[in-house]
Formats: sequence, structure tokens, C-alpha cells
Amino acid sequence: MRKIKEFIIQKLILICGLASIFFVILIFLFLLKEGLALFKIVTPLDFLLGRSWYPISEPPKLGILPLILGSLLVTIGAAIISIPIGVGCAIYIAEIAPLKIKEVLKAGIELLAAIPSVVLGFIGMVTLVPLVKNIFHLPTGLTALSGSIMLAFMAMPTIVSIAEDALYSVPKNYKEGALALGATHWQTIWRVMLPAASSGILAAVMLGIGRVIGETMAVMMITGNSAVIPQSILQPVRTLTATIAAEMGEAVVGSEHYFALFAIGIVLFVISFAINVTADLFLHRRQ
Amino acid sequence: MKKALLLLLFVLYAGSVFAAGDKNSIQVKGSDTMVNLAQAWAEKFMEENPGDLVAVTGGGSGTGLSSLISGTCDIAMSSRNIKPKEIDLAKQKGINPFEIKVGMDGLAVVVNPQNPVSKLTIQQLADIFTGKVTNWKEVGGKDLKIVVLSREVNSGTHVYFKEHVLRKGDVNGKEEFSPSALMLSSSQAIADEVAGNPSAIGYYGMGYISAKQKAIQVARDDKSEYIEPKTDNVINGKYPISRPLFVYCNGEPKGLVKKFIDFDLSKEGQGIVLKTDFVPIK
Repeated sequence: MRKIKEFIIQKLILICGLASIFFVILIFLFLLKEGLALFKIVTPLDFLLGRSWYPISEPPKLGILPLILGSLLVTIGAAIISIPIGVGCAIYIAEIAPLKIKEVLKAGIELLAAIPSVVLGFIGMVTLVPLVKNIFHLPTGLTALSGSIMLAFMAMPTIVSIAEDALYSVPKNYKEGALALGATHWQTIWRVMLPAASSGILAAVMLGIGRVIGETMAVMMITGNSAVIPQSILQPVRTLTATIAAEMGEAVVGSEHYFALFAIGIVLFVISFAINVTADLFLHRRQ
Repeated sequence: MKKALLLLLFVLYAGSVFAAGDKNSIQVKGSDTMVNLAQAWAEKFMEENPGDLVAVTGGGSGTGLSSLISGTCDIAMSSRNIKPKEIDLAKQKGINPFEIKVGMDGLAVVVNPQNPVSKLTIQQLADIFTGKVTNWKEVGGKDLKIVVLSREVNSGTHVYFKEHVLRKGDVNGKEEFSPSALMLSSSQAIADEVAGNPSAIGYYGMGYISAKQKAIQVARDDKSEYIEPKTDNVINGKYPISRPLFVYCNGEPKGLVKKFIDFDLSKEGQGIVLKTDFVPIK
């Protein structure tokens, strides 16, 4: 009896495990099926390097270079803001903060992760956008920079919690050894702890970036969505994700536009897959 | 923000499909321009016909028509004519879009009240929105860069403005919105941005004009009179940028759909059209 029970449970868990892979494969196949149909109409090169995005004109112009660059610009901006703050925060929590502050900070960061991105976008739209406009004397505050700042908030929880984990799992005797040799606390952190935890921290950074590039709601609300090749971070941009979200309602099923949105989905999938694999590589190197 | 709201409504709606199988409820979906109007109709209609349920959702004309085609709404509101492509697609799915004109709308071009410019010709508007003119001083304003605001491509207003202002009604026109135009997802978002930004210019249905924006007087060409977007001027055809508003349903309206559309076209319904700053057809 016990054996049968054990057997059933094992198989059930196996099915659960396989189900997630099965769904990923199904989603990927569907994405490929719908997205690749586009390339009968437009060559991949024209699609990836085309400079104009006018999906509903006759004939449609389906070049996503401005969208790719828009996504990259917002992501890089968010990375520049969130990495130093996130890693710094992780160091403080893992190494310096007294126990009580540590608890409060950790709870606070988990809370930050719990804020829905629409809410962050809305707050950004009312507070950050006018601020950016006034500080830089811009014609409009709906810029890549506003998007980067808001997305940095979204990447921070991921970066902090994984980087803190990485720092925490550095063997204690490394730290004790360094301190025993007469190194100061800062020297220990900078020369011993950080290098030892580097692969975990890199993984944290990659996962944070992965979250940023896939984010949709907040960027759609505060980056202005103009499909122009960005010259600076103080310009409006249109990202890949926002394009899909804004246009999916209009795309006539089976039209070039519809296929193009799925093809954008493939591009996004490839980008975040690459980021996740890189993060995974770093994580495995650590073990 | 709006998208999320739509999602929420969608979830609620998905729930209601399972809950209410019988047909004393209808879904009305589509044009953001018409959503306030349809909401007002629905409220009055439900007040007079207790037990009948009319649910109204926005999302854009394209969204409404594609829902009608996929069978997820009973009435699509549209601020543009249905495209031949959409008719083909509907036929394939066994749906026969039936068009009913329910009102007219004047499209207002708006700027911030601080902006000294208050009159523009259609040609000047076309130059501004295609990005040929980029500074307000070129059309008689201050030395400020023009921030062009447009609706997203799922908006009937976007399509109408492109066809009738940018391309001036020329079906073979190649003019496009300037790539640097900001694409905002709702008329309200454009109203808010114009209210707070002295260098912005945007467009939307007359109903959205408030004291925080200034409506531009528009002339067909530089020899014509500059006309304010007002109900009277749309009725007598003087205002150059006005368009019909439609609802579409599957085949000849019947049952509750017919009852609701008849109400829209009744004296009372057309009174609501006028009250929500649109132009009645009867």
C-alpha cells in the first residue's frame, strides 16, 4: 500500500515537472509558427534592420530597429541605475547592517517587488515624468530616462535578493581569514567577499536585466512610445514589449501586422533566453 | 493604466460569460471616442429597462471590430468605417457586419492654453503632424519645439486623422505621422499631456475638450474662414474635420441588440449624443 502511494505521488510530481517544460515548448512552437510566417513577406534583415515602423499603412513598413534600440536604451539605463544601488544594498544587508535593520530592509525590498508594475508606471507618470521634464528643460518628460528610472525600481528587488544570497553563501572562513590577516572591514568586502561572490552577483544582475527587458506596462505608460531611432536617453522611445501590448488589439488575425507582432515576440524570447542562459552559466560556475 | 483596466474588465467579462448564458445582457466594445457616449446610453437604457444588462468597454475601434469578428462582443463601436480586410475576415468567420450610423463627431486639435497659436490651416496641421514643421515659431508661435501627440494605431481617431488631415482625403497619399510623434494610449492621456505641456499639440474627439486645453480654430485652406470645433459648426458642415460614428453588429439587429440600437437612435438617445458633446444625426 505504502509503495503504491509512493509510486503515485512520484509519478504525479514527474508529470508536474514535465508539464512546465511541455508548456514552454508549446508556447515556443506557437510563437515560431505565427512569427516565422512573417518572413514570407519581409526578409529577416529588413525586419531587424528596417528603420520605420508603420504597421497599418499600405503597404506596411515593418522595421523594428527603432524598437530594438529603444528597448536596449531603456534597459541599459535601468542597469546603470539599478546595479550599483542594488549591489550596494546587498552588501549592506549581508555584511554591515545590524540584525534589526537587516530584517526591515529585507522586508522592504520584498515589498518593492510586490508593487504591481502598472502602479509603478502610474506613479512614474504623475511624479517622475513632470520632474524629468523640468530638470532637463525638455519638451516632454515621456522619455527613455523616465522609463529607465522606473524599471530600475523593478530590477532592484531581484538584484538585491540574489546578490545578498550570493554574499551570504561565501564560506565564513574566507572572511575570518581576511580579518585575521589584518584587513579592514571594507578591504575584506572589496577584495575577498565580492570576488568570491562575483558569479552569483553577475547572475543577479543578469536576472534583474531580464526582468527589465520583458517589462511592459510601466514602459508603455512613461516612455512616450515614438518609434524613432533614439539619439539620447532624454528622448521618447518605443520598446518591443510596449509595441506588442499597444497594437495587439488592432492587428487583424492573419495579417502581416499580426505576424510581425509575433516575430517581435520571437526577438524578445531570444533576448531573454540569452540573458537567462548567461545568468545560469554564472550560477553554475559558482558551484 | 487603461490596458490594465481593460484586462480587468476582460476578466470580469470572461467570468460573466460563464455566469450568464441567457441573452438579457449584451457587450458593447470599441472606440475610445465613443465610450463615454455608449456608457451614458447604457446607463439610461438600463434604468428604463430593468433586467437588461449592457456592458461597455473601450479599447479602440480596431479592438471593437476584431472582438465583433471573433464573437466576443455583440455591438462594436467604431469611429471609422470597417475596412474591406475586416469584412473579408468577418465573412470567413460567418459574421456579417451590419453598419448603423449613430452620430457625428468633430475632431478637435488642441494645444496648451499658454500657447499663443489659436488658428491653423489643414496644410499647417499636416506639416506639423508629419514632422515637416518642428518649431512653433514657424506657425506664428513662440520659439519652442513642437511635441506632437498621437493616439496609438488601434485608434479610429488615429486612422481618421491620418487619412483626412495628413493625407487630406487622398486615398493614395503616402504621408505618415512623424516617427517622433508620441503615441499615447488614450484620449485622456493626450488631454493630460496637453494640459501640462505648453509645447504639445494633440487631437481627439470634441467631447474631451476642457478648460485645461485650447481648441484650435481650423480652416480648410488659407483663404477659408477659421472655424471653431463646436456642435453647430459640425452640423452645418463648416468645421473641416468631422466624421461619422458607427456601431456594428452581426447581421440585422435583433432582440436586445435591436432594442438598444433603437434606443440610441430615439429622440432620447440622440439627446444623450448632444449632451456628451457629439453631434446628433436626427
